[in-house]
Amino acid sequence: MVRFILSKFLFMLLSLFLLITATFVLMNAVPGSPLQSEKATSEQVQKNLEAYYGLDKPLIVQYGTYLKNLVKGDLGISMKKKFQSVDKMIAQSFGYSLKLGISAIITSVVVGSILGILAAMHHRKFLDNLAMILAVIGLAIPSLVLAPLLQYLFAVKIRIFEVAGLNGPMDYVLPTIALASGPIAFIARLLRSTMIEVLNSDFIKTAKSKGLSGYVIVMRHALRNSMLPVVTYLGYLTAGIITGSVVIEEIFGIPGIGKYFVQSVTDRDYPLIMGITIFYAIILMATRFLADIAYVFVDPRMRASGGKVGK
Amino acid sequence: MKGSFKRPAQVMLVLVIALSMLLTACAGNNNKPSENNGGAATNGGETTTPQEFRFTLASEPPSLDPALMTDAQSSIVAAGLYEGLTRLNANGEPENAIAEEITASEDGKTYTIKLRDDVKWSNGESVTAHDFEYAWKRALNPETASEYAYMLYYIENAEKYNTGGGTVDEVGVKATNDYTLEVKLYTPAPYFPSLISHYTYLPVNKGAVDGKPEWASEKETIVSNGPFLLKEWAHEDKLVLEKNPDYYNASAVKFDKVTISLINDTNTVYNLYDTDKIDWIGAQAGSVPTDRTPQLVEEGKATITSVASVYYYLFNNNKAPFNNAKIRKAFAMSVDRQSLIDNVAKANQQPAFGLVPPSIAGAGGKNFRELYPDTDYFKEDVEEAKKLLAEGLAESNLTALPEITLLYNTDDGHKAIAEAIVDMWRKNLGVEVKLANQEWGTFLESRKAGQFDIARSGWGADINHPINFTYDLIHSKSGNNDGKYSNPKVDELLNNSLVAASPEESIKMMAEAEKIAFAEDMGALPLYYYTTVTMLKDGFKNVGSDYAGHIDWVFGSKE
Amino acid sequence: MSKRVDINSLGNLTPGAFEKINRDLGGRDEAGRKSLTAWQDIRMRLLSNKLAMTGFWIIIAIILCAICVPFISPNDHFTNDLTNTNQPPSAAHWFGTDDLGRDMLERAWKGAQVSIFVGLMAALIDLVIGIIYGGIMGYYGGKVDEIMNRFAEILYSIPYLLVVILLLVVMEPSLTTIIIAMSITGWINMAWIVRGQIMQLKNQEYALASKSLGAGAMRIIFRHLIPNAMGPILVTLTLTVPSAIFTEAFLSFLGLGVQSPVASWGTMIDDGIGAMTIYPWRLLFPAFLLSLTIFAFNVFGDGLRDAFDPKLKK
Repeated sequence: MVRFILSKFLFMLLSLFLLITATFVLMNAVPGSPLQSEKATSEQVQKNLEAYYGLDKPLIVQYGTYLKNLVKGDLGISMKKKFQSVDKMIAQSFGYSLKLGISAIITSVVVGSILGILAAMHHRKFLDNLAMILAVIGLAIPSLVLAPLLQYLFAVKIRIFEVAGLNGPMDYVLPTIALASGPIAFIARLLRSTMIEVLNSDFIKTAKSKGLSGYVIVMRHALRNSMLPVVTYLGYLTAGIITGSVVIEEIFGIPGIGKYFVQSVTDRDYPLIMGITIFYAIILMATRFLADIAYVFVDPRMRASGGKVGK
Repeated sequence: MKGSFKRPAQVMLVLVIALSMLLTACAGNNNKPSENNGGAATNGGETTTPQEFRFTLASEPPSLDPALMTDAQSSIVAAGLYEGLTRLNANGEPENAIAEEITASEDGKTYTIKLRDDVKWSNGESVTAHDFEYAWKRALNPETASEYAYMLYYIENAEKYNTGGGTVDEVGVKATNDYTLEVKLYTPAPYFPSLISHYTYLPVNKGAVDGKPEWASEKETIVSNGPFLLKEWAHEDKLVLEKNPDYYNASAVKFDKVTISLINDTNTVYNLYDTDKIDWIGAQAGSVPTDRTPQLVEEGKATITSVASVYYYLFNNNKAPFNNAKIRKAFAMSVDRQSLIDNVAKANQQPAFGLVPPSIAGAGGKNFRELYPDTDYFKEDVEEAKKLLAEGLAESNLTALPEITLLYNTDDGHKAIAEAIVDMWRKNLGVEVKLANQEWGTFLESRKAGQFDIARSGWGADINHPINFTYDLIHSKSGNNDGKYSNPKVDELLNNSLVAASPEESIKMMAEAEKIAFAEDMGALPLYYYTTVTMLKDGFKNVGSDYAGHIDWVFGSKE
Repeated sequence: MSKRVDINSLGNLTPGAFEKINRDLGGRDEAGRKSLTAWQDIRMRLLSNKLAMTGFWIIIAIILCAICVPFISPNDHFTNDLTNTNQPPSAAHWFGTDDLGRDMLERAWKGAQVSIFVGLMAALIDLVIGIIYGGIMGYYGGKVDEIMNRFAEILYSIPYLLVVILLLVVMEPSLTTIIIAMSITGWINMAWIVRGQIMQLKNQEYALASKSLGAGAMRIIFRHLIPNAMGPILVTLTLTVPSAIFTEAFLSFLGLGVQSPVASWGTMIDDGIGAMTIYPWRLLFPAFLLSLTIFAFNVFGDGLRDAFDPKLKK
């Protein structure tokens, strides 16, 4: 197991290195620079600026310096937001995205599971269709439309919630719904199909023949065995959600990392682009890694065999 | 399976309760007990109105260091945090602030400024003439890498020092004692009192700044001297300013607290206003959604103020077909500006036939446009335009126009205007122009490199003087003349205007240059002079848009 | 192979298309007996799924409208009429007009062409690259699989948005660029699904038999394995279309959508949101059509999945 983790870790480092290189090259290939402005500056001022941020040096030297600093744990300072350190910017904005993300993940798992279970237990009946139609409608409305619609209906027309900001617990409701509507549908459909499969399997039939009630069967036996694909999906979902949704952050005025990222690219804020990319990659790799481990725990078959047997 | 599950409703109930508990727990856990916004209004039974003012900015100030500021966001916040030698009043005229008396020498090249002695930094030290000398020389120091250093180039040897050719001691600014500042200029600049109101001329506190480049990026380290103090700076979220009790003119400052939320989405900003979470929209502090403007203006809820900016299209003067004046004229004359304003831009902008906006000062207490109207530069005339197009094509030995692309930076407003104009050209001239939008960074690069046929442009004022719109835009040597318009006659007039004997003379030469550039050459395609649509909640006074179209809030009050 | 893919990805999933696959498979030696009944079974199950078939017919209807309406309608999608801006739906303009007085009906269906084209092309590209890459990964396994898989993983960890934005600023913004940008990382998912399928299938008797008879790797992958993995592939494909349409809308929100005056549902929604409360039709029609399309593709994809998965049989 230690060897497994170690080799995974080494691979992660290698990927990270390749990713850093690729991003660095791509970023510098894009026209525009963090130091350009609409009003013409004199050539000398431009040179002063470039010298200040080390952009006057050859790319390969800049790359070397960046790596050296990175190893020391220094992500540098933003070139646009003067003298703010990139690590602090990431930490601050990620805080917001993480809070909202956790709220959205919990909501999607809970609501998605309810819909999925209901649908599975009433397979091919009215409730099944209703739950699935509900789920798919949630999926079919883009957050681009859903978020302003929710904002208008529940913060402007009926003033239950705030238009923007994340100041109190209530402020989480609207962005959470907007963020979770897609994942809810995904989980509901995923759970439904695996659950139908599980409910038809022999061990459930045995349980039923023992006279256990439907509720107990679902909660104690079927659900656990149906959660497997959901767990895998959660790995991807977590990475996707906690790295921030630009649309929702823009509309609900949340200073999250998704907004920062888009801005860093439009600003060509090189250190910030690099910092967030690396951060995203680490999150992505870490969640995938955790999902792998969680998989082992959720699946009793995997646990028994030490994670070696496939499906 | 059938009938085995009798209580779906119960399961659902349990899960829903679990969900709501989880949600509240999660949200509650992660939330610091922050002060609730607007709480002051409901607290206590006091009869006085809480003096709080709230507005939004689209993004946070990239810097609050006077030497490094370049944009509207920074200048709006800086107006409250810092105090300079002068301030512009609501009409855009300079008034003394820290300066007590400004005297110019006979030749107009040396200024002696006497300073007030009762201005304090937020760390308790006095603001002296040395702080100004230090701040200006610091901004000019090449190592500071200040983008706006050129604003100080009026000072003797400033440019030389900034470009690495001179020494700091040569720079023509000197504190002769604690409260006297002597400034030597290169050329006479009658608008000097107005110039020193610009943020690049603000003082900084040497002790707070020296060796600490990051001093202005957090509220803990910033040292300021203005009417307000920075109480909170949650990056990308909000800035909270509170009245500075030690400000020398504290009685003039009415607001106790000013909250600036950083929100980009226009509709969200409007909804915040609609639900009484902010008190102001407009003038670079949020913008009123274009689609709503006409209705809001009609209902008297929004006000339109003209601002010192011009919206125009650049012709690439170096490339066929727009290297021909007649073709340029044909394109400029076949746009129906009023229709564009009424139906697309929708904020009662004023049609532009030149570049200097109406709110820019001229001479003798009159605005530039009052003295030199642009309406006779050229007329919109489709028939004439068609004729000119045909003649122009013949002159350039073309049988038909080559493919023309109109380049604009990505933005819904610019898109609608471009679509409308392309349609006008299609209908009026029978010309098909392609549209291309580029994201800002790329757009700037393409435009600077001259990779366009027609490109969108907008220009605002740094100081209240027509030089911003003439010398900066139509002089062939100007770095901002991206269309590469060039006419030696224009250059000569503009050069002479800088050394003219009187302000009247100088302004006249600028007007002549502008007239040649449009009436004869049509070096660019002026569309309209900007306005700003603003909305202010009832009860506020002395809050508005300044001549440049930035919110002026510092001395506002609430009743 | 590619011909069949073409038909499917265009959404013209008429019963005829399924028969064609059926015939192909039927003519095959090893797998023939089993798959003949399997495909008939799938078809029957799909046809009996009312929701899925509703989705199917909605897709057909939308595609037909997108082709025909702009053709028939008397208005054109880019001519402005500044005297007729923001008009509510009327006899002359069924969907009303937009802020430049353009006919919304015309633009909504022109936008449909663009959005659906983006969706289908993205799905097609994902399919081709995904099948080839995933097929090779899955079939060879071992070192080849490891290296190729890691490459995919690295590509996958580059933030998608970065790739898209960078590409759109480097290349000329156009429909092609948008599709390419979407496909750069889009195919990875498909490749992983194919890989998983192939890994399961490659040790089955018919594949082993074919191998022992001296068939080449490519032949085994494309003649034997891929057709048997068609279920999950088709399902993923149906679900790629809506996600690509979504992505295009998202890019429009960031201002990176198609070039004006061409419109897509995404750019129209982006334009319409500001006018949501005063000129609701400017948002309503494109948003409704987009959601309806996404809905249809999803329920159809679900039905397809159910049909392919015999374990879900009642």
